[in-house]
Amino acid sequence: MEVRVVNVRKEFERFPALHDVSLDIRSGELIALLGPSGSGKTTLLRLIAGLERPTKGAIFFGDEDASQKSIQERNVGFVFQHYALFRHMTVADNIGFGLKVRHRAARPSAQEIRRRAMELLDLVQLTGLEKRYPAQLSGGQRQRVALARAMAIEPKVLLLDEPFGALDAQVRRELRRWLREIHDRTGHTTVFVTHDQEEALELADRVVVMSQGRIEQVGTADDIYDTPNSPFVYSFIGESSSLPVKVENGEVWIADRPIGLQAPHAPSGEAVLHFRPHDVDLLDGCSGCIAGTVAASRRVAGTRRVELEIGGERQRVEIELPVDHPAAQKSRVAFRPRRWKLFPAA
Amino acid sequence: MADPEIKSYEPLHESRSAAVTESGPVRVTLTIVTLVFLGVFLLLPLIIVFKEAFAKGVGAYFESLSDADTRSAIRLTLLVAAISVPLNLVFGLSAAWAIAKFEFKGKAFLTTLIDLPFSVSPVISGLVYVLLFGAQGLLGAWLKAHGIQILFAVPGIVLATVFVTFPFVARELIPLMQEQGNGDEEAALSLGASGWQAFWYVTLPNVKWGLLYGMLLCNARAMGEFGAVSVVSGHIRGLTNTMPLHVEILYNEYNAVGAFAVASLLAGLALVTLVLKTLLEMRYGAELAATRGH
Repeated sequence: MEVRVVNVRKEFERFPALHDVSLDIRSGELIALLGPSGSGKTTLLRLIAGLERPTKGAIFFGDEDASQKSIQERNVGFVFQHYALFRHMTVADNIGFGLKVRHRAARPSAQEIRRRAMELLDLVQLTGLEKRYPAQLSGGQRQRVALARAMAIEPKVLLLDEPFGALDAQVRRELRRWLREIHDRTGHTTVFVTHDQEEALELADRVVVMSQGRIEQVGTADDIYDTPNSPFVYSFIGESSSLPVKVENGEVWIADRPIGLQAPHAPSGEAVLHFRPHDVDLLDGCSGCIAGTVAASRRVAGTRRVELEIGGERQRVEIELPVDHPAAQKSRVAFRPRRWKLFPAA
Repeated sequence: MADPEIKSYEPLHESRSAAVTESGPVRVTLTIVTLVFLGVFLLLPLIIVFKEAFAKGVGAYFESLSDADTRSAIRLTLLVAAISVPLNLVFGLSAAWAIAKFEFKGKAFLTTLIDLPFSVSPVISGLVYVLLFGAQGLLGAWLKAHGIQILFAVPGIVLATVFVTFPFVARELIPLMQEQGNGDEEAALSLGASGWQAFWYVTLPNVKWGLLYGMLLCNARAMGEFGAVSVVSGHIRGLTNTMPLHVEILYNEYNAVGAFAVASLLAGLALVTLVLKTLLEMRYGAELAATRGH
């Protein structure tokens, strides 16, 4: 099911949580809403679910305007951050709940409900745990029961709020792969919220980066990582370094020297240069480069991170060096970013 | 791939560290103080109630219980409890629901208001009804004109009892429901449940033990209330006397066996309440703990 969010605005007691957000979610796609806390990603998810009503704008499921429909009518599968499993019901009863509460005409028989619950339990690889209570399950198992319960109602859309937020790192990685498998097998249109960029980039077909109630960028992991379209996305996704620069006649300058980067379309004036610390060429001599003194150095896994002080204003910037690079404290290092982007100075 | 790390989820009973463990003599002293206190103030009076009740033998005990006025007092007490407990069940649930699940102005005030009967002397609670419904009261003339008798009759007793007992269920449920939040209800709605189904299948089971506990306390208080009921009842024998009032009357008439026989029933009620509560906790302890959150 295709979902379209059209010019949605949401206010909580006059405080805006979302400003004029539009988003097209394709049928069968696995899409991530990524952003820091307070960016409005969970609000957007709850609006799609029908747990909240938009202040302005509309949400379409296919060609149907769903914004005025209740959550029951929307038929969405929602997995809550803390799972919200019914404590007093067994795992099987939890999964069957959505079928049990249907109107008599649409309600399957008790055996059929049970059969379906077992089937889903198989799908989420928890066969044999149907008689357990939620309190008797580990975090990862609860997460999977919650997913099975949401899928039992044959939802048009699956919505997951921070699905792995409450789990430890190892279980999280495992479940991530598993969720991708389930998605590929069942083909549900799936939207999940996360603040973990690694999770979003690895798992989703497309990532929606949000900040302060707005969508900053929508794209594949490659789009988002390689061509961020705003300083926020640059700094939020992956590592980034930035330097204040000047543009003159299509050339980038730091203080009184050009650094060998051409920006023919950039307007002249103040700007901020963004690049990735690992995406730099180290140079020997320096005519047209960025040069600085090593102010700090630390070992990060297979590489070395150094902090350089650039120019007279002692602007600090981080780059990555090979572990065997001889740079020591106070020594001078020259480099030029391989891939970079200019944004107007704030 | 069932997770291998299924541990036991019982709370850990760690042995306490040396730093917070008292020395032997201190522990013994504390234990003795507690036991002596409980013995003198709780156990001894309880024993005396039963001893006095049976002072003239089992025959006299049952004879005094079968007295017409006594039986009428027992009936009235049961009636009052049967009316006020369900009323407070409904009220307590609605109040707790409103306070725990919604945001509205004056919420803190409402919470305080619910506690009012705990902080007001029961006699005052009774007097309020006298001022309201009495012959010289606010509504007295109107009630008289319409031939409605509230004071010195069963309606007054029920009103006073409801007032005195209304915090019990609400107080038990509010923290429980606040702790549980709206998540489970939202989950139920998202799965297609109607509001009523969400309440019946999710909210109610989540609070059922708290609810039962609150009802037990409410019932015990409803049957045992003296002060408020004493003011509004008028002490008409065989008509408006509840058990606690009847105990007083019998005692003032030097009918010790009668007084203590009725008192023993009330004490028995307290014991049954206690046993029921303990049994519930033993039988459903695991589930009770589970409903308190995992």
